[in-house]
Amino acid sequence: MSNFAGSNNTELLHASSEYIQYVTVVIGGQLFGLPISQVHDVFVPEKVTRVPLSPPEVEGVLNLRGRIVTAINMRRRLHLPPLDEDQSMMAVGIEYKSESYGLVIDSVGEVLNLPTHEREDNPSNLDWRWAEISGGVHRLEGQLMVILDVDSLLTTLIEPKAA
Amino acid sequence: MDDLLREFLTETFESLDVVDVELVKFEQEPNNAKILDNIFRLVHTIKGTCGFLGLPRLEAIAHASETLMGKFRDGVPVTPESVSLVLNSIDRIKEILGELEMSNGVEPEGDDQDLIKELERLSLSADAGELGADAAEPEEEAVAEGDDVYQVLERPLRPGEVSLDELERAFREAEVEVDMRVAVSDDDEAEPQVEVKVKASASGEAASGGASVAKDQPAKNNGGQGVSNQSIRVAVDTLEDLMTMVSELVLTRNQLLEIVRRHEDSEFKVPLQRLSNVTAELQEGVMKTRMQPIGNAWQKLPRIVRDLSQELSKPISLEMIGADTELDRQVLELIKDPLTHMIRNSADHGLESPAERVAAGKPEKGVITLSAYHEGGHILIEVRDDGRGLNLAKIKQKALANGITTESELEKMSDQQIQKFIFAAGFSTASAVTNVSGRGVGMDVVRNNVEMIGGSIDVRSQEGRGSSFIIKIPLTLAIVSTLIVESHGDRFAIPQLSVVELVRVQSNSEHRIERIKDRPVLRLRNKLLPLVPLSQLLGFESEDQELDKDNGFIVVMQVGSQRFGVVVDGVFHTEEIVVKPMSSMLRNLTMFSGNTILGDGAVIMIIDPNGVASAMASHASGALVEEVEEKAEEISEKKVDGDAPISMLLFRAGSAEPKAVPLSLVTRLEEFDVSKIERSNGRDLVQYRGTLMPLVYINESAQHKSEGTQPMLVFSDSGRSMGLVVDDIVDIVEDRMKIEVVSERAGILGSAIIKEKATEIIDLGHYLPLAFDDWFMRKEMSNQPTARKLLFVDDSAFFRNMLTPVLKAAGYDVTTCPSAQAAFELLEKGEDYAAIVTDIEMPEINGYQFCESLRGDTRFRHLPIIALSAVVTPQSIQQGRDAGFDDYVAKFDRPGLIASLKDVFTNEMGVAA
Repeated sequence: MSNFAGSNNTELLHASSEYIQYVTVVIGGQLFGLPISQVHDVFVPEKVTRVPLSPPEVEGVLNLRGRIVTAINMRRRLHLPPLDEDQSMMAVGIEYKSESYGLVIDSVGEVLNLPTHEREDNPSNLDWRWAEISGGVHRLEGQLMVILDVDSLLTTLIEPKAA
Repeated sequence: MDDLLREFLTETFESLDVVDVELVKFEQEPNNAKILDNIFRLVHTIKGTCGFLGLPRLEAIAHASETLMGKFRDGVPVTPESVSLVLNSIDRIKEILGELEMSNGVEPEGDDQDLIKELERLSLSADAGELGADAAEPEEEAVAEGDDVYQVLERPLRPGEVSLDELERAFREAEVEVDMRVAVSDDDEAEPQVEVKVKASASGEAASGGASVAKDQPAKNNGGQGVSNQSIRVAVDTLEDLMTMVSELVLTRNQLLEIVRRHEDSEFKVPLQRLSNVTAELQEGVMKTRMQPIGNAWQKLPRIVRDLSQELSKPISLEMIGADTELDRQVLELIKDPLTHMIRNSADHGLESPAERVAAGKPEKGVITLSAYHEGGHILIEVRDDGRGLNLAKIKQKALANGITTESELEKMSDQQIQKFIFAAGFSTASAVTNVSGRGVGMDVVRNNVEMIGGSIDVRSQEGRGSSFIIKIPLTLAIVSTLIVESHGDRFAIPQLSVVELVRVQSNSEHRIERIKDRPVLRLRNKLLPLVPLSQLLGFESEDQELDKDNGFIVVMQVGSQRFGVVVDGVFHTEEIVVKPMSSMLRNLTMFSGNTILGDGAVIMIIDPNGVASAMASHASGALVEEVEEKAEEISEKKVDGDAPISMLLFRAGSAEPKAVPLSLVTRLEEFDVSKIERSNGRDLVQYRGTLMPLVYINESAQHKSEGTQPMLVFSDSGRSMGLVVDDIVDIVEDRMKIEVVSERAGILGSAIIKEKATEIIDLGHYLPLAFDDWFMRKEMSNQPTARKLLFVDDSAFFRNMLTPVLKAAGYDVTTCPSAQAAFELLEKGEDYAAIVTDIEMPEINGYQFCESLRGDTRFRHLPIIALSAVVTPQSIQQGRDAGFDDYVAKFDRPGLIASLKDVFTNEMGVAA
């Protein structure tokens, strides 16, 4: 990713074609962006079956059109307080190693088309639990968008370090 | 040509497997002409086809073996030597066929003269020894008769594929060729005559007296063609796909049925009923296509037993019962290896040597019986031998030596339970390792394989009388019948296979739950059944919670020889489900074997009976440990120092002594190519995740490796990482860490006994500033100038030593206390603290009590108190919350503790503002 950005800087003129589309989501008031190529669908998680003994981040499993999807509570993953009971939830469906996962988030926003060369590295003082799954930051007007690195997110959950 | 070849390969492999079996049979019954004919015919077919397809190597071997077998037919005695030789040739043929398959139809280069010469030598010696001049005529007769028989027999087998006459002619020529070499030349002329004569009589016999040859043969021909037209070969993949789709169809049907069940008067009811029936039939039909007789998995066994018998010089006979029992081919594939292994075991360990057998009053020949039969929805396979049986004393000894159990546990166990130890990993009672078995990776592998397909294995043995292993496996893996139960408001599916019965619990009936030292048990038909609430297994509630006495069901389950009751809140119905694997994120949960979508569209978790059984076992031993610990506590009330076992990473660095660091402090283990280590500004660095990571050595003398890869422990904190260069990573162990000798040396906290070796516990606090001078300073700067005062209570010196620098580093002014008592004293003295961090497990006054009494005091009602504990379970967290803790943090979750402290302080500020 960083190599990409580097080469773009040198050919700024042609950089106009180097755009990535992000699906933006809000988690605990913070704007996040997921590369649209990784987003399968957006759905309202219903009838989530709890999985006893599972890691706390796992919200449960649910049936999405005949497929079993593992729902991940992003607020819990980001160590944010849980959503109020009456607030509605949304989920972003992603595929990882041919398995289906759903990231449970607060709400889904618009799709943004952002030039790759504007991406910045994580600020060094970012909470390490966030930095682990963040692929950089985009400065938008009025707010910042954290790029959600879906691969590292799922890797940290599937192969948690022994602790 | 390609298709033809493929067909040839499949068919020949099948034929060869049959030949294997038949040959072994033949060796035992050398006079059974029928078996010999069968073998002869098969080999002959192979030979003929090879010639037709232009495979000279195969043809030559097949021909030579056929010649030798021809001699057997002529009445030459069958010796083990000659059978071995023929078997070897069969192996060679298989080998060549294998290569043929790989190389797409090109016969591999190679020379088989060794085998062929040997075969010919035996054929010749047979002739020389057995057939004098006077025997020449009977010989011809026999050959001729044989010729005729396979002409009749062969046609139904391979109708219309290869010109029979062609093969026949080839065969006859081959026969003549040998005869020319062997027999006297006069016979050459005599042969046709003899043949004609005998042919007539033989075919007369074959057609049971009256029918003519012409009439007889077409009839058989038609029959054969009919059979071949009725069956086709289908690729396994196609069947698999079909099966998956049918499974999905079953699921959808279940969903529809569920919907209609809710609408009583639906007009869909009747057509749906029909759909349901058709689906059921379809399912059955598809299932049938996947069914294969278990004999297919057994085909290689007679040969293996025969070879073993020779190798071990033990006469062994293998009896196979129920070879036509059918089961799913997927299951069949999976049990092939375990079965082979078990047969080997029985032959090698189970059966005694002939001398021992005779001494024990048994017949010299050992018998291994393999049987299979259906029972309910599963199939039982039994491997039984009449050998020496399992040696209980030896098993006990081994179990103790391996540390699997203790003397006191052993005393309580039944013989059957003790025998089950042979399924434990690394368990082999064979004192000598033979090249047949006894490598210590025996029965546990078998057990794992069997359990993997949802089966179970059991052993019954009587010393001196023999042992029997019983494998119980489901008929098919695709669809499982389950019982849907409820626990704690959630539904779970329990596979019917392991459910024995259901018992309704009622406090006034005979079925009531009683307790022995808090453990629930049930009297069931004059036996005590251990119980465990499902909610407890699944971590919903703690064990001391009272069971609902009037409203519960007990699902009696049997896993292996273990029988126990699982208490559930409700039982719904049974449902056929298609097991879907758990996502990889959840696969480590041993309590579940998978999940599935129910008829109503909800996802349900499928309970793994094996997981429950092992949880029961560890539960019981856990209780034991608890008891022992309680006693220990009574004896010496005081000394409870860092008693909970923790995961430690053992490594070597700088010197030969092992070093350890709590695993939870390590962020990652990495290996870098040495060439990646760069030197800059007088220190070693590597590029790591886009930043430069400084490397730190354990002491001045330590160096990184000069080539290859360099292992290191990466410690990260607040976006900074440091790599501690180590020589090698030894192990990860779970052990109690008790620092015996406190160190004066910088960087070492002290020495502890880990894995029975003195191990240095490194002090991370020493190394972090070596990487970044400002590691701690930076944080201190970021914090408020006036450091907050913190009281840290922990009875373990180790944790006090380890966490104090961490807390100090985070900018707190830390006061430590070895007990709650001391903390009270400090607080009473009027010391003012911004927050308290306390351990839970402490002697005399534990953390909960400490917190509760503080909360009872108005002065400390709002003082932030954080619990620190090695035990983090939902219950303990709840208990902590009830006691009035602001937060509950795992003992080794250093960042968690810092974050938690930050949280309580920001909250406090928020409240203040």
